[in-house]
Amino acid sequence: MIKKEMIAMLLAGGQGSRLGVLTSKVAKPAVAFGGKYRIIDFPLSNCINSGVDTVGVLTQYQPLRLNSHIGIGIPWDLDRNIGGVSVLPPYEKSVNSEWYTGTANAIYQNLEYMESFNPEYILILSGDHIYKMDYEEMLNFHKEKGAECTIAVMPVPIEEASRFGIMIADEERRITEFEEKPAQPRSNLASMGIYIFNWKTLKEALIAMAQQPALDFGKHVIPYCHEKGAPLYAYEFTGYWKDVGTLHSYWEANMELIDIVPEFNLYEEYWKIYTKSDILPPQYFSAESRVERCIIGEGTDIHGEVYNSVIGCGVTIGKGTVVRDSIIMNGTVTGENCELYKAIVAENAEIQNYVKLGIGDETQNDTAPHIYNHGLVTVGEKSVVPEGVTVGKNTVISGVTDRSDYPDAYLASGKTLIKAGEQ
Amino acid sequence: MRAIGIILAGGNNHRMRELSQKRAICAMPMAGSYRSIDFTLSNMANSHIQKVAVFTQYNARSLNEHLSSSKWWDFGRKQGGLFVFTPVVTADNTNWYRGTADAIYQNLDFLKKSHEPYVVIANGDMIYKLDFNKVLEYHIDKKADITVVYKEHAETANMERFGTITLDEDSRIVDYDEKPLEAKGDTVSCGIYIIRRRQLIDIIEKCAEEDRYDFVKDVLIRYKDQKRIYGYKLDEYWRNIASVEDYYSTNMDFLKPEVRDYFFKQYPDIYSKVDDLPPAKYNPGARICNSLVASGSIVNGVVENSVLFKKTYVGNNCTIKNSIILNDVYIADNSVIENCIVESRSTIKEGSVLKGEGAPRIVIERNDRFVM
Repeated sequence: MIKKEMIAMLLAGGQGSRLGVLTSKVAKPAVAFGGKYRIIDFPLSNCINSGVDTVGVLTQYQPLRLNSHIGIGIPWDLDRNIGGVSVLPPYEKSVNSEWYTGTANAIYQNLEYMESFNPEYILILSGDHIYKMDYEEMLNFHKEKGAECTIAVMPVPIEEASRFGIMIADEERRITEFEEKPAQPRSNLASMGIYIFNWKTLKEALIAMAQQPALDFGKHVIPYCHEKGAPLYAYEFTGYWKDVGTLHSYWEANMELIDIVPEFNLYEEYWKIYTKSDILPPQYFSAESRVERCIIGEGTDIHGEVYNSVIGCGVTIGKGTVVRDSIIMNGTVTGENCELYKAIVAENAEIQNYVKLGIGDETQNDTAPHIYNHGLVTVGEKSVVPEGVTVGKNTVISGVTDRSDYPDAYLASGKTLIKAGEQ
Repeated sequence: MRAIGIILAGGNNHRMRELSQKRAICAMPMAGSYRSIDFTLSNMANSHIQKVAVFTQYNARSLNEHLSSSKWWDFGRKQGGLFVFTPVVTADNTNWYRGTADAIYQNLDFLKKSHEPYVVIANGDMIYKLDFNKVLEYHIDKKADITVVYKEHAETANMERFGTITLDEDSRIVDYDEKPLEAKGDTVSCGIYIIRRRQLIDIIEKCAEEDRYDFVKDVLIRYKDQKRIYGYKLDEYWRNIASVEDYYSTNMDFLKPEVRDYFFKQYPDIYSKVDDLPPAKYNPGARICNSLVASGSIVNGVVENSVLFKKTYVGNNCTIKNSIILNDVYIADNSVIENCIVESRSTIKEGSVLKGEGAPRIVIERNDRFVM
């Protein structure tokens, strides 16, 4: 008989539209992070490090990169005879076929998958946070308290609390009330979107609420359980946890890795982060190169100068090029004599010689100021920036662009240059 | 490919000096992120050989650890796979491998139970890329009994290892000198052979009957007139690690753009065991110049013309020049290292000055390490 005490369901279907062109071709959990990782590596590594060896990954938006990254789970040791990692896309049914319409709806559509493992507990995770957490400790807390649902929370500054789902708990950590993005927060315990449910409780709630459109954990399932009087508890987490939902927070989280002793330390032996890496060779530094305050992935060739930056695997930085405060992802080639300031360059892009990125004033972005801000230059994957152009701040470039797209070889601050079509 | 692979990963020698204490040459770290045996293993995988046996006996711990999973080279198949054979005591044999031919003899069952018609035999301490399919095509074309891969104009250091050969116009080997006192030419055998499996079994059994144990001396040289032994010319990069000097210069070769391009950028790839290390990190004070650095390293000092293997820590105000720093070495602040090979897991005390004169100096330091 197959039996697993706890299995994890990892929600990885979202687009993450506030990451702009970074997620135009890939789901947010598959976005590169920290030189060689992808965001989903963090929850997956947490699972295996916590002894959770059965993980269902729910995909929907642009799953190709995610599928090929996860494969059969070898890098995380999740290739198991029983359990292991399973990718769960929405599928056609004899009646009521639909996409995943909400977080809890996605879980509801996979009741059968969960049932097959006879679990006691279900761990619900989302694929867009950077953190290290021992889910086993959270499970111990859940059992100790006799909870039916435990919600991981972390204390946030009270002035930021109105951006989160806020939990109000008594001394025993039992949740008495909760508020979704309250204007006047009465507590600073923000939900991290990590839940442990008793399987029976979850199953009952999902079936009861099945007809609810866009069934969501925060909006529907948790309130339902609360109304039924199920004991809900808040598990407080105080370690490093970063939501990389916006370009600026994504950039910031990357930059935090280059501190001398970073708060989020990738070099700890006892809690390794695993990833699928194809590129093995060491990095090469030419005689003219300069690097300071950087982390750099495998197989990268540095001929220029790199400061305060996070560089991925298999990147080339040409001679005479200066890179500052930037993120350059896997496989991107930067030509000679370029200047890059506060740029985020996605995978396999090409920055040709004498290109300058991030020059000029901080004019607001003309199409999506809520996405492209803080003076960042964002270049989408497989994009080409032609030789000799200068690009301002709060700009975005996507697609194979050529000189005709840049009047006077210049893209002013705040401009958007997205070339549609096949890349 | 219709062949099985045998990798001779046996030994080490005195010319590797102190580096031989810890492991067989095949397990020597190479080019920052690899070990020597990765090159032969990857060549076999890339030639679609599905079943490979590695014969080893000298301090095999490092090698076993490296080969602990066959996934990395894609040998984790239901049909075939990767096998590591160390000598075992049986009712009728209590010997170590007394030579390369003896190693094959002691594992003759592996050959007998296979059904592939050919065998590729290669040593595990060579740095090269080769498609064995091309060698096999040539072997069949020439109707050869044995094909030996050779290299012209090889450096003298490699001469005595597998012998020098002389070929006729048809590339048949007419003369074979093992460890010549005075080399007749600079055409050397690379220690890579192709032979029909049945033929190999016959020859090895005959050798065993006559108490002969060495593949070069007792097979290739002894049979050179009787069997059709042909040479296959290898034009590309090939190095054999037989001494500290070879080891040092081969690693330094990877600082050359053409060598890196050949091994790292061109198809096919070389595979290795994945170590799940974080990216390398460069703190203020780091200055890297014409060097290779592998992942998991943290650098706070100056590194010039050197190869830093995985998980190297270079402290503040250190200078490392013309050196090879093997895996997991900790170099404390204010140290100077020049012309050295630092053995893996060494811990260099603060303020050490280590310099090699002439030949590279081998540094093995076991000090207590205090890390956060």
